[in-house]
Amino acid sequence: MSTPKPPPTPKLAWPGRVEDGRRVLKYVDALSEAVALEMARDENVFLFGLDVDDHKAIQGSTRGLLDRFGPARVFTTPLSEDAMTGVAIGAAMAGMRPIHVHIRMDFLMLCMNQLVNIAAKARYMYGGQIKVPLVVRTIIGKSWGQGAQHSQGLHSMFMHVPGLKVCAPSNAHDAKGALIAAIRDDNPVVFVEHRLLYATEAFVAEAPYVVAPGRARVCRFGRDVTIVGVSNMVVEALRAADLLKEAGVAAEVIDPIWLAPLDSDTIVESVRRTRKLVIVDNGWSMCGAGAEIAARVAEACAGEGPLQIQRLGFAPTPCPPSPPLEAAFYPNPATIAAAAYKLARPDAPAWMPDAAKAELAYQLQFKGPF
Amino acid sequence: MPAKAKSTPKKAVKSGASLRLYRSLRRIRRVEEEIARLYPSDKIKSPVHLSIGQEGIAVGVCDALEARDAVSGTYRGHATYLAKGGSLAAMMAELYGKDTGCARGKGGSMHLIDMEAKVLGTSAVVGTTVPVAVGYALAQKRLKTGAVVACFLGDGATEEGCFAESLNFAALHKLPVVFVCENNGFAIHEPLSKRWATDRLCARVATYGIPAKRFADSDTAAIRKHVERALLKMRKGGGPIFIECLTWRWREHVGPGEDYDAGFRSKAMLAKWQKKDPVAKAAKAVSAKQRAAIDAEIEAEIAAAIAFAEASPFPSPEELGTDVYA
Ligand SMILES: Cc1ncc(C[n+]2csc(CCOP(=O)(O)OP(=O)(O)O)c2C)c(N)n1
Ligand SMILES: [Mg+2]
Repeated sequence: MSTPKPPPTPKLAWPGRVEDGRRVLKYVDALSEAVALEMARDENVFLFGLDVDDHKAIQGSTRGLLDRFGPARVFTTPLSEDAMTGVAIGAAMAGMRPIHVHIRMDFLMLCMNQLVNIAAKARYMYGGQIKVPLVVRTIIGKSWGQGAQHSQGLHSMFMHVPGLKVCAPSNAHDAKGALIAAIRDDNPVVFVEHRLLYATEAFVAEAPYVVAPGRARVCRFGRDVTIVGVSNMVVEALRAADLLKEAGVAAEVIDPIWLAPLDSDTIVESVRRTRKLVIVDNGWSMCGAGAEIAARVAEACAGEGPLQIQRLGFAPTPCPPSPPLEAAFYPNPATIAAAAYKLARPDAPAWMPDAAKAELAYQLQFKGPF
Repeated sequence: MPAKAKSTPKKAVKSGASLRLYRSLRRIRRVEEEIARLYPSDKIKSPVHLSIGQEGIAVGVCDALEARDAVSGTYRGHATYLAKGGSLAAMMAELYGKDTGCARGKGGSMHLIDMEAKVLGTSAVVGTTVPVAVGYALAQKRLKTGAVVACFLGDGATEEGCFAESLNFAALHKLPVVFVCENNGFAIHEPLSKRWATDRLCARVATYGIPAKRFADSDTAAIRKHVERALLKMRKGGGPIFIECLTWRWREHVGPGEDYDAGFRSKAMLAKWQKKDPVAKAAKAVSAKQRAAIDAEIEAEIAAAIAFAEASPFPSPEELGTDVYA
């Protein structure tokens, strides 16, 4: 099988410009399109996991795949995530390219043994003789009382383990390109989606393309403060940047896209200019993606002058379903903007943007239960 | 506050048992119908998994239990919780995300708990509660409380590795557990035929040395009788039992509506199961006059529970950080 040459990843373009062959696509449709293109290109690609073939099609993200590729390549499984992960690994070792889908990231905890003890290290501990080209697609849930077990962003657990790659795209363009890159990658990739991003739209090229591992994107330029967002927190950080602009602060917003390998160079380059960094994770701060980013920036910029770093993330609690508690649990554009303002204008009085302005359309339009 | 389930007197007067069963069944049915009715108002911001149609299993098992016995349920847990005597008002408030909820607004519909009524907390990760229930039973045995644990699980949960591991351990240590599989034939929208190579679940379980029995109609009284009898032996150290109760979820997997237009299961099957409606069946065993009195009582209790939930305050934001650690 010949691999078409991937077009270069647009490094600096925030998806949103109309270019040739692009049209507006939803994140959810970008995911199914990516899988369809790769399944058509490579007959070794198959997609399985609980409920991938039912009429709800994993919130729409596997829509059309069963009809097009048939039940041998698109199939549900028993409720046996641990064993099914091993099955995926075995098939990958035999040369296939499985995509194992989980409707919530919380359920990946059942797959941990196979992913960490086999998938991540098979290449290394078997002396480079085999490879595990496996993609684990998974969705972080949020809002509508998802509660403690349907809302966790656990990507940092996987970032911790050598041998695993981790990707968390924040928009439809990257969702398509990064999923194609993940499927073509010869390593296990944990592909982290976000439920509230599913309805968001971006310009997406029709042809296949890759958003390659290890390349971050500067989504917005600014000289006063650098904000790094993870997953849907990129969207919230961009909204925060709008609010900051009204307050006279120019924020630079960076989306790492891939968390492992992590492009810290792009972040370091930005912080060298701003000397101020806010990292907003869609997960807990303790030992989180933000901690890793902060450490790398601190290591790289040590001795170069003053440096300020602030992490934001989930409150250090399980996620509560009660609306006022849930609202206090997550960072939001207002809290992000306030934190960035504090770094950018240390001598000014504390500032908090109008809460109504901080509300995001993509959240308001989401209706439960799932 | 609503009354807790009474412990079953050994020689329950037959009509007493009939009244109890009807009351419990009708109450659970009406509570869930009210939840479904309220749901579009968006006041309940919690994914609800209704048991409508399946109530007979929880009611049959729980009626055979004593107050000291515990139940372990799933995210489809309203029936289990109510049948064992969990507070209705506290459950309603939990669905509303209120501070007076049974988990203080930190759980939601999928995480009901009432330790006073010995309802262990339910979980939204399928299968996770099964070994926990076994561990609770291990403690009952060690502490010599004489209590047993009824562990409810769906057909889908039997596919998780921890189910097999738990059966083996419970049998090995002769733990006082009643495993209750509510087999409604589906895991979300996926039928058994896409998940099991054979439907001989009881035969599989029996190989662990656990007596297993299937109830094809899930008749409330029959389940009750079977469990009541088995408990005599179990309380003397006889070890676990397993029952598989075939049933039918009338509504959609999650949410208040139906799912028959989706095409994966037929309305004809619903009609077939509605003929075995546990509530209607139990209603036949009590007089019209008794029924009217019970129904009125139930409606008043439900109205009071909803009023309680609506009037209760939300937790204050500072509550976010409490109870992360003991
Ligand atoms: C470990 C795990 N995997 C997948 C899910 C998603 N899920 C929620 S309910 C469910 C089906 C469970 O079916 P069953 O055990 O038969 O219970 P029922 O809903 O029919 O009562 C699935 C797959 C989950 N919650 N937990
Ligand atoms: Mg089921």
